Formats: sequence, structure tokens, C-alpha cells
Amino acid sequence: MSEIAAPRGFTLRQYLICLSGVVWREGLRFLHQRERFVSALVRPLVWLFIFAAGFRQVLGVSIIPPYETYVLYEVYIAAGLMAMIQLFNGMQSSLSMVYDREMGNMRTLLVSPFPRWFLLGSKLLAGVAVSILQVYTFLVIAYFWEIEPPTKWGYLTLLPALALSGLMLGALGMLLSSLIRQLENFAGVMNFVIFPMFFASSALYPLWRVKESSPWLYYVCEVNPFTHAVELIRFAFYEKVEWTSLAIVFAYTSAFLVAAILAYDPGRGMLMRRGG
Amino acid sequence: MTPALAIRNVSHAYGARKALDDVSFSVPAGSFTALLGLNGAGKSTLFSLVTRLYAARHGEIEIFGHNVMRQPGAALRQLGVVFQARTLDLELSVMQNLLYHAALHGIGPIDARRLGQAALSRAGLADRAQDKARALSGGQMRRVEIARALLHDPRLLLLDEPTVGLDIKARADLLALVRGLVRDRHLGVLWTTHLVDEIADDDQVVILHEGKVLATGSAADIVTAQGAASIGDAYARIAGIGQEKLSA
Repeated sequence: MSEIAAPRGFTLRQYLICLSGVVWREGLRFLHQRERFVSALVRPLVWLFIFAAGFRQVLGVSIIPPYETYVLYEVYIAAGLMAMIQLFNGMQSSLSMVYDREMGNMRTLLVSPFPRWFLLGSKLLAGVAVSILQVYTFLVIAYFWEIEPPTKWGYLTLLPALALSGLMLGALGMLLSSLIRQLENFAGVMNFVIFPMFFASSALYPLWRVKESSPWLYYVCEVNPFTHAVELIRFAFYEKVEWTSLAIVFAYTSAFLVAAILAYDPGRGMLMRRGG
Repeated sequence: MTPALAIRNVSHAYGARKALDDVSFSVPAGSFTALLGLNGAGKSTLFSLVTRLYAARHGEIEIFGHNVMRQPGAALRQLGVVFQARTLDLELSVMQNLLYHAALHGIGPIDARRLGQAALSRAGLADRAQDKARALSGGQMRRVEIARALLHDPRLLLLDEPTVGLDIKARADLLALVRGLVRDRHLGVLWTTHLVDEIADDDQVVILHEGKVLATGSAADIVTAQGAASIGDAYARIAGIGQEKLSA
């Protein structure tokens, strides 16, 4: 294999070795933590089987894009549940980074001679890969609940949307992990991040319904990055692109990424101020 | 000759609290240098600066002539580290831990497996490669961490209080292993400790107390200069503390 010289003395091949090593380790850790795998799967299924079934009669969903007919409530919330899997996974990765930092494992990553942005980016991609695996496992089960795209291509067009939304939520988690002092503070952050993001979004109800009942909540939902991750996924599953959401998710992803990398920068970051 | 590690006029503060105050010393290549200081002396801060966990705002740190902040890639390639906290992934096997570390240095799995097996043999743990890290004793984990730190063939090895929590035999084994590496591989070693009985007469010693370097030189020279009976006695005199804090 030809080795293309890359900056700082590593070849492209070595960069790939490093990236695949980080992804491999994250995959192994995920497989070893069976409870994490099961709970990542059970959570959305509970919403689908119980919550959605119960609310099916209460909440009618009118015909809104990308749907071309009336859809069952289960079908409507499927996109939100896929995004929820990624939201939890992003936060879980950030939790593991705080844990790794407290336990010292993070140091073995950061003392690698590869550039720090690359190491953090690899860690992020590893988390995204795991979240995509979780979503597709969820979809296999949801298939038997008649949740499926209009054609099988929907499973493929979903993939880039999941990659981008996973990156955004993972980068947000990484940024949060740099701001959290200790593991004990994590539960509070979860309450202030996961629940508001999930409920103030289009995951459970269409935004026009929110607008009818509370205009200010509608605006909150509109600026919530999670709303746009949900819509991006919803349209991609139906083999369509929601351009506004795509642009917004892209912008949020870039912002979270830059902030997370700066936060982990040895000269500027939060690690320094904390002293440990 | 370029030293393995050169620290020049490094100061560091957490808010108003000064953790390091104008610290300068060097670790010659192929030497065993003990950084001696009580808890809170600034050893861990110094470690964090050398490993680039955070930046040295005042002063310079060089590894074989490569500035840690300006040329981090070149500097960190020469560096192997054993942190005070146990950093093995307990859920993974010993070999998987080594393969992960190798990947972080751009070494592919085939080479890594060969290097890992050789490193484990040196550490006397060749038969434990497939065991989960969780199954190892404290001393064995430390030896794996040393094997891991040397996998990418660095020329400088940093160990932050590596004997904490080990029994007497494991401590002696670990010291013998590291001293053997200095002798056989011409490795520069910086070994931080607060235990004076880990220091031999011909070791280089840096005495760090409340963020300041109070003495540097060979252990024998420091003892002679202080007119002391031992390095522990010399340290107690220099730092103005009781000797009882310096034994295990």
C-alpha cells in the first residue's frame, strides 16, 4: 500500500489505523456492556409499544410532509425515537468520557501523538457508529410493528441522515463532557439536556400542533437542534431531504464540534481551569 | 547531548494557588531519575504538563529537543507514560488493551500483536495475553501498563507513583523491571515517588517541595552535600520536614 505523507509525520494509513482502533475499542466496550445495549433498545420500544399505542386514539396526525396519507401515531413517532436513541447514545458517550477522565483512561487517548482534534473526532465517529447500529437494530424490531419506509431504499437514504444527526448529538455530548466537573453532576445535566430537548421538539407531536397551543413553545422547538435532527431523519426515511433541517443540523454540528475541540485544547480548555 | 526530558522555568497555577514555581531540571537519556516529593508537591501537575493534558503557560518543556507545545506529535512519539491511576480497560483482554494503545500510535494489528507478545514476555506475563485485565493483580496490571507504554518504542518513560498500592515484593519487582530497561535499552526514566527507599545511590534525584525544586543531582551527592546519613535524611533536612513521611 502506498503511504501518503500526512502532517506531523504520520502516514494516511497510520491515521486510518488510529481511527479504526478507536472505533474497534468503542465497539468492544459496547458489546461488553450488555445492559447498555439492551436498555438502548428497550427505551424506544417502550415508547413505541406502550406510549404510542396508548396515544394512538388521542393524537391524530393530519397529512403533513413527508407523509402522503394519514399515518398511525406509531409511524409518526418512529423518527423521533430513532433520534432519541442517538441522543441517549451521544449523552452516554459523554458520560463515558467523564468516567474515562476520572479513571484516567482519557489520558491514554490524549497522550497519543496524533493531533488532538483527530483523536476526539475518532472518538466521536466511534460513538456515531454505535448509535447507527442501535437504530438499525431498533428498525428490525419496529418492522414487525409495521414501521417501514415506503420502499426498501428508505433504509439506505436514512444512513447519511443518521450519520449527521449522530455527529451533532455526539459533539454536543462531547462538549458537555468537557464542562462537567464530576460524574455526580452528570444526572442533573441529563435532566436539563435530554428531557427538554426531547419534549420541546417535533419528536412526539407535529410543530403545527405545538404552535396552536403555545406560540413561544413553538419557537423553542424551532431553535432546538433535536427538532431538526428528527425532521432530517423523518424525511430521509421517506427518501426525501428536508433542506432547512439539513442546513441547521450541519450548522449546529460544526458549532458543537469546534466548541468541543476548543474545550479539550490543552492551552484553552476547561481541563486546565479545573486542574485535573 | 540532548536530554531525554528538559524542563526550564516552568510555573503553573490553579487560580491563585501556585502549583509549580519556576521549576527547572532535566532527565538525561539512559538514566533513572527520581522525582521525590510529598503529596501536593506538584508532581502530578508536572506530569500533566509534560503529557500535554494542559499547557505550560510559563516555561519550556522539551522531549529529546522537541517542544511539547510546539511539536506535540514529535515529542509525544518519544514518550511512554504510566499514570498513577490504573488506566487499563478492565473489560478488555490484556492483548486488546495493547492493540488499542498500538493503534493510538499508528501501529497496525499485525505488528502490534508481535510487539505486544514480546513486551508481555519481557514483563513476565506472556501467558496472560488473552486474560481479561480485570483478572490481573495490582502488580501485574502495572507491569502490563509498562509493557503498553513501551510498545511504540519510546526513549523516555514517565511513571507517576507507580508503586502506590503494591505490596513489597511487587514494588521490588517493578523497580527491578524498570531499572533493567534503563540498563538494557538505554531508556530515560522519570520516576515520581514520595518513598525514599525506592532511590539508589547512583540515581539522579530531583527534590520537589511545595512547587519548587530544592535540590538536583545524584542521590549520593545530595546526601554528601547535606552531611546526611541517607537520602531520606537529606530530604528531610532540605524540605524541613520529619522523616516519617518518607517511608512506605
